[in-house]
Amino acid sequence: MSEQPTQESVAAVRAEPRHEADTHLQPIKWKFPITYVLLALLSLGAFTFLTPSGAVTQFRLATATDIVTLPAANLPSFATALVLSLLQLGLGVLAVVAAARRIKLGLWHPMLFGLLFVLAFLVYAGAGRGAFIPVVTLLAGALMLSVPLIFGAMCGLVGERSGIINIAIEGQLLAGAFLAAVAASFFTSAYVGLLAAPFAGAAVGGLLVWFAVKYHVNQIIVGVVLNVLVIGLTSFLYSTVLTQNAEMWNARQQLPRLPIPGLSQIPIIGPVLFNQTILVYLMYVIVFALHILVFKSRWGLRMRAVGEHPKAADTVGINVPRTRVFNTVLAGGIAGLGGAYFTVGQGLAFGQEMSAGQGFIALAAMILGRWNPKGALLAALLFGFSTSVGQVLSTIGTPVPSEMLLMLPYVITIFAVAGFVGRVRPPAAEGVPYIK
Amino acid sequence: MSTQQTSDDARTPGGALKEAESRLHYAVRELSQASWVITLLSVLVALVVGALLILATNPQVQATMGYFFARPGDFFLTSFEVIRDAYSALFRGAVYDWQAATPQRAIRPITETLVNAVPLILAGLGIAIGFRSGMLNIGGQGQIILGATCAAFIGYAFQLPLGAHLLLALVGGALGGAIWGGIAGVLKAKTGANEVIVTIMLNNIALYLIAWLLRQQWFVQTGSNQPISASVDESARLFGILGTGFRLHAGILLAIAATIFVWWLLERSTLGFEMRAIGENPEAARTAGVNVPKATALVLIIGGALCGLGGAAHLLGTEYRLAAGIAGTLGFDAITVALLGRSRPLGTFLAGVLFGGLRAGGVLMQAQTGTPIDIVLVLQSVIVLLIAAPPLVRAIFFLPHPDGSPRVRRRRRLRDQQAAEAASEPAPTQEVSK
Repeated sequence: MSEQPTQESVAAVRAEPRHEADTHLQPIKWKFPITYVLLALLSLGAFTFLTPSGAVTQFRLATATDIVTLPAANLPSFATALVLSLLQLGLGVLAVVAAARRIKLGLWHPMLFGLLFVLAFLVYAGAGRGAFIPVVTLLAGALMLSVPLIFGAMCGLVGERSGIINIAIEGQLLAGAFLAAVAASFFTSAYVGLLAAPFAGAAVGGLLVWFAVKYHVNQIIVGVVLNVLVIGLTSFLYSTVLTQNAEMWNARQQLPRLPIPGLSQIPIIGPVLFNQTILVYLMYVIVFALHILVFKSRWGLRMRAVGEHPKAADTVGINVPRTRVFNTVLAGGIAGLGGAYFTVGQGLAFGQEMSAGQGFIALAAMILGRWNPKGALLAALLFGFSTSVGQVLSTIGTPVPSEMLLMLPYVITIFAVAGFVGRVRPPAAEGVPYIK
Repeated sequence: MSTQQTSDDARTPGGALKEAESRLHYAVRELSQASWVITLLSVLVALVVGALLILATNPQVQATMGYFFARPGDFFLTSFEVIRDAYSALFRGAVYDWQAATPQRAIRPITETLVNAVPLILAGLGIAIGFRSGMLNIGGQGQIILGATCAAFIGYAFQLPLGAHLLLALVGGALGGAIWGGIAGVLKAKTGANEVIVTIMLNNIALYLIAWLLRQQWFVQTGSNQPISASVDESARLFGILGTGFRLHAGILLAIAATIFVWWLLERSTLGFEMRAIGENPEAARTAGVNVPKATALVLIIGGALCGLGGAAHLLGTEYRLAAGIAGTLGFDAITVALLGRSRPLGTFLAGVLFGGLRAGGVLMQAQTGTPIDIVLVLQSVIVLLIAAPPLVRAIFFLPHPDGSPRVRRRRRLRDQQAAEAASEPAPTQEVSK
């Protein structure tokens, strides 16, 4: 029953001219349902049947500050993995049925599936190790690792939505980290560092957009070169000024944690989400604000117009170069703020090249999130989470090499841009200089 | 025609002066258009920027700054000495060391420059092929890592006769790079996946791959837990071509051969023509019968092979052992080399030598004057940024614009526009850039 209408509709699509075909039913996409079923089978085959029988997986759920202390969960590995795998299989079958009947499943489906898959993997990885899997540490680590990625992805998003490709996110993060450390150390206040960081990022963004808008230089080239410039400048200043007088210029300053009363005492998510520094709370605000503003405000509409069709935007009186300059500088400021996380956010002194390629991962997160704040947030969290899992598992010992786990986000991104995870469409005028 | 005009001018009163003036203007304008002048001026600006940075961070200069108004002479003298010492060390480390004890030592710097230049030239050529074909291959880093990894493994795991071993290791390196570039190329050709993103991701994957490999005993074959491989066999090493005391190896011959090959490929072969065609205008190329997907994939495969060869030459000629940091910043330096060389084979070769020299000189400068080698990165990036924006260089040096001053140009354009609008009543609908 499921096959018949598919082939008919495919035939119908082929028979019609293209512009008429658009109004007809699209061919059913079997890619996702099949992937779900395959992943569920992988979970059943590998995570369940490779688990030694009688082994126990131990999860630690509590932290010291909880009101209600959850007991550590000792789960029989085989049975738990089996249940989780069967649930996944159920979701996979649901996806197949839904696809055949052309019912759209909500966002809850892939998220629930992903959660079950990850849990099954954790049960398998921790089976019989004799060590607890620290759930709160895992999640807190995931959020920590995601912070610069989320800031960077928001920076890339604002830039690219207005038509400027920003490869220099890496440089903006690094510049922010540098200035935050120096300013915080000089004024012996982490908050001064936090205030200074956006200016460093905005300066790099300003350079980028200056070359891109005034001189029409290829934006990717400017971005790559700016990264080298920022690495060179910060490393040079680090080796000279910062090491000559580390007390004055590169002393450690840390933003204090500000637990939100009440919320921070919820088990598991409280200490993860609501016992953070002001920088992380700022991140919540920025992501939420962009989520609203990009699609619901005049600023967002103009930004998208300039990024999609600058000529049309110009015709209705939007100043294209000015919009691009303003937005790219603003985006640079956001990335600079994210860079502050590396130094004052974590209470570390500045170190050479301490952003370590995070800017490029942020770029990938933005693309994986399809130039959408919500999507970019989820993608960045996914990257942070898989890195965190890799780190936690490498400390308790794991059957899967941690390098493979760390590689995973990049492989997913390649699949994504190769068109597997839906169509990824950048803003139309991205990277094209606007010449009247 | 111009001679006719000038002789006309000469007859009018004051014509001789005007003629000389216009000749001068003409010469200056001609100069400001020449790309080598822009390159030279960019290098000059970069050196000035570097000098300012060195001065700003030098403790001695800072000390004289403290009593600048009492004795300004001190400040200028110290500044001059600091800059002279730094840049002369840079030059002595890169070209010719006139303070060396023996003549052999004196010419050693230039050979060191070439040693540094070998991987830069090879990888730069790989990137340049991509640029000429309209593709931005940011994945030099990953391709270099894969090339070095394959070459190293063949170099110490296989036992082969003298010539064949080296050849196989080099071919293996090129193949490793070609596969890594090919992933991006085939994905772009088949699905239109943006090569910038894919190559960036492949860079990171390569980093974790090499980290994993270096933990595997079957791979490193050293018997220790150090994340470093066994040393490449003597028979697989690129042999030195200047004898003992010099590190210069046959890789430089490889780089020269690759430069000639790339020139032939791009300028004289059908494939190269097709590659350049898809770089200029893929639609037109497709209409003219070029198999665009195939050419797209081949660009990144060949580019990847050259980058892989660069990594192999770096390993087989200089490093001998594979470590996680084998590629250093080579991949990103190669991009700047290709940009500086304007994606031309000879230009890339010379740019590679220049950046190799900066690196070699930077080492001596750091050792002798304490100026960190990171300044080299600043010099490189400033040079490339300025070369990408010739109008900025002209503005810095007050050179005339190729077709008059901006104001004249704007007026002329406005006039042309009005004329065009007058000529065709319904304003011509222009194709909006995609």
